[in-house]
Amino acid sequence: MLGWEFPPFISGGLGTACYGLTKALSNLGVKIIFVLPKPIGPETPTHVQMLTPQHCRFSRTVTGTTEKTNELLNVQFQTVSSTPLQPYMTPQQYQKRLEEIIRQKQLLSTQSQQTLDQWLEREIESLSVGPGQYTGDMYTEVHRYAAAAVHLALQQDFDVIHAHDWMTFPAGIAVSAVTGKPLIVHVHSTEFDRSGEHVNQMIYDIERRGLHAAAKVIAVSYLTRNILMTRYGVSGDKIEVIYNGVDPEDNDDRISSQQVGIRSDEKIVLFLGRITMQKGPEYFLMAARKVLEEMDNVKFVMAGTGDMMHRIIEMAAQMGIGHKVLFTGFLRGEDVKRVYQMADLYVMPSVSEPFGIAPLEALNHDVPVIISKQSGVAEVLTHVLKVDFWDIQEMANKIIAVLKYPPLQMTLREHGNFEVRKLKWSGAAQKCLKVYQEVAQVAV
Amino acid sequence: MPSVCFYFQVHQPFRLRHYTVFDKSGNYFDEFKNASICRKVANKCYLPSNRLLLKMIQRYEGRFKVSFSITGVAIEQFKKYCPEVISTFDALAETGCVEFLAETYYHSLSFLYSRNEFYEEVRQHIELMQKMWGQTPRVFRNTELIYNNQLAETLEEMNLFDAVITEGADRILGHRNANFVYRPPNCKHLKLLLKNYSLSDDIAFRFSNRGWEEWPLDAPKFARWIDQINGCGHTVNLFMDYETFGEHQWEETGIFDFMYHLPEYILRHPDNDFKTPSEVVRSYPVMDVIDVPHVISWADLERDLSAWLGNAMQSNALHEVYKMEKLVKQTNNPQIIEDWKKLLTSDHFYYMCTKYFSDGDVHKYFNPYESPYDSYINYMNVLNHLRERCKQALTEQKVSEQASAS
Repeated sequence: MLGWEFPPFISGGLGTACYGLTKALSNLGVKIIFVLPKPIGPETPTHVQMLTPQHCRFSRTVTGTTEKTNELLNVQFQTVSSTPLQPYMTPQQYQKRLEEIIRQKQLLSTQSQQTLDQWLEREIESLSVGPGQYTGDMYTEVHRYAAAAVHLALQQDFDVIHAHDWMTFPAGIAVSAVTGKPLIVHVHSTEFDRSGEHVNQMIYDIERRGLHAAAKVIAVSYLTRNILMTRYGVSGDKIEVIYNGVDPEDNDDRISSQQVGIRSDEKIVLFLGRITMQKGPEYFLMAARKVLEEMDNVKFVMAGTGDMMHRIIEMAAQMGIGHKVLFTGFLRGEDVKRVYQMADLYVMPSVSEPFGIAPLEALNHDVPVIISKQSGVAEVLTHVLKVDFWDIQEMANKIIAVLKYPPLQMTLREHGNFEVRKLKWSGAAQKCLKVYQEVAQVAV
Repeated sequence: MPSVCFYFQVHQPFRLRHYTVFDKSGNYFDEFKNASICRKVANKCYLPSNRLLLKMIQRYEGRFKVSFSITGVAIEQFKKYCPEVISTFDALAETGCVEFLAETYYHSLSFLYSRNEFYEEVRQHIELMQKMWGQTPRVFRNTELIYNNQLAETLEEMNLFDAVITEGADRILGHRNANFVYRPPNCKHLKLLLKNYSLSDDIAFRFSNRGWEEWPLDAPKFARWIDQINGCGHTVNLFMDYETFGEHQWEETGIFDFMYHLPEYILRHPDNDFKTPSEVVRSYPVMDVIDVPHVISWADLERDLSAWLGNAMQSNALHEVYKMEKLVKQTNNPQIIEDWKKLLTSDHFYYMCTKYFSDGDVHKYFNPYESPYDSYINYMNVLNHLRERCKQALTEQKVSEQASAS
């Protein structure tokens, strides 16, 4: 399996999805070699767990590192050193991130990392050419990953190649070409979801090549399947829709919101996701303003970071609702759990969302959910409220209704929680296994 | 010997328009949607079915008879949106072979929530039947055939009816069958007519179902089933939504043909005939007492109230709307009172049902909402606005009273 992120090194839903899927596949007895570029960044303090790097490539199993041991019994991790290109980054951000790491370099001085650092520095220097070539950097990155993956693949025995999203497609194609094993590409999001109509031609080309080279394509929703058919010219019978899942977690008692400086009579409406165009944060704010016209005891929490963060903070201030909107930054693990426990309502106003795992997690935490009709997850959830992302008035109407009518909240919570229990990763893994068997058979 | 007793339910609710918390207008109902649905159903069902029944009554020279229960809100909409439907009912009424039953004018659940409102609506509906077709109904059917002993006692006290209709649910019948006239406990005068749900549903639900082993159902086969009852029943009560003809079962399924030929085969057996509910009550003796301590209805498999009262939203909405009764009636404002009554129609609560929602099953018939949640939100927004209107009207009343006093 070729992936780009894996918890705890995640910036979005891709890592969460890879974790859930591999865990469930592992339970089905599928042996997985997970090839991952090595993410090194300033805000990944726990990275030593997974990375005890020697050099450009190494292999090691996770055994003995974390509590994940049992769950991921059959998953073996292979990481490939790479600069921290992340799936949701723009070239500009990438450059920024590179500079950050170079600064960070000076701080990092643990023995075990010395060799790596030296290597990395060399690599970065060779990459950091003049402006205007950033896309070249991403491109190089993706291809270095591909080259390393091929090298690794030759030392391993496997039946199928499963590549997640465009960054791994060149690797998938290369490994497939070298080994003759069938390639499955898994599309969690397309360039059209990330960039609207302003697509990066290069990324589009990589996606398209991967989709056409693959023996089978897995899409996370029919919404995505349609995009693949109409925008990428992939034939419909080649695409299998496998919805993401969520695994039930133990629910602790709801913590009191006083702990975080919110009065107990105040309701909390939550936005959780990257603050970028794709997620529609400005629609959330505009709906918030409408809600505040009708009721006062509400706070709007925006959890996440992203390229629109500053604009959104400014926008909130301009609207005069700055004191009602709280920004938490990027949340992880326990913090995510806590913010769900505090929330009275979760809103996902995404402009374009291939799937959207977060609503499932919210329901899992007994939080009622409003999702945009422009999301893949709207195909599987019935016990949620649905709105068009642009319909601010209706979004506000529904937010107010949930906050004002307790029976609505109750019914949504009860039925929603029941419904989400049916959407487990094990179901997705079973479908995935079927796809493996299909392509493996054809290949033989 | 069995008599075949047809009763058709005719009802169309006043559906609400999309109403957000930001709306401030007292205009709650979706004129356009209601008009277009009424006209559509009129063209597919009411008009062709009425013409068919008229033709049949003429053909069999009074030997074919039917009965209707038409809600007040349906009649109001026919008058407004498709008056030709009213004239075909007029023509049917004139044949003398059609009986009209009484029910709650607004097709409400008022019996369960407000006895006061229940009386008002029943009287209003009787008056309407008198005015429309010169008939004073003697048989009562409650909304969705909701029934229990208490309803029977209430009707007996009202002393307006000879019989009441309800579902022939297995759990109230036990070893008995629905094909006799029964009596509720504690009632001397009032009799009980029970729907033969198996034969009724063969027409209403299964007629076009190709997976059904009896498909295709034709008139001779159905008549044979009726004949088989000979000896173990006096009457076969076929009660169903009138929209069965042409709307639930499309014309292409052959439902109109089936209906047209049915009397021919049923009347071939000299012992069989057609009777209206009042005639059945007059013709046959009471066979037994049927005890119904718990509420039943004709809805879904459960035949209980869960279609209207199955979740927290439904019970909350019902509770809230009936809680407003006193406030609404205090205003003496006819428009406010009428709007409130239209909000009592049971369909509004049916739309909030979450029972089958995830299976994408039933409860979808002309449901104007995408989800039960949307329907609840809409309803509650309207209700809140109506409450504000009441308060305002009462304040204005007080002000004008004070002004006239001083």
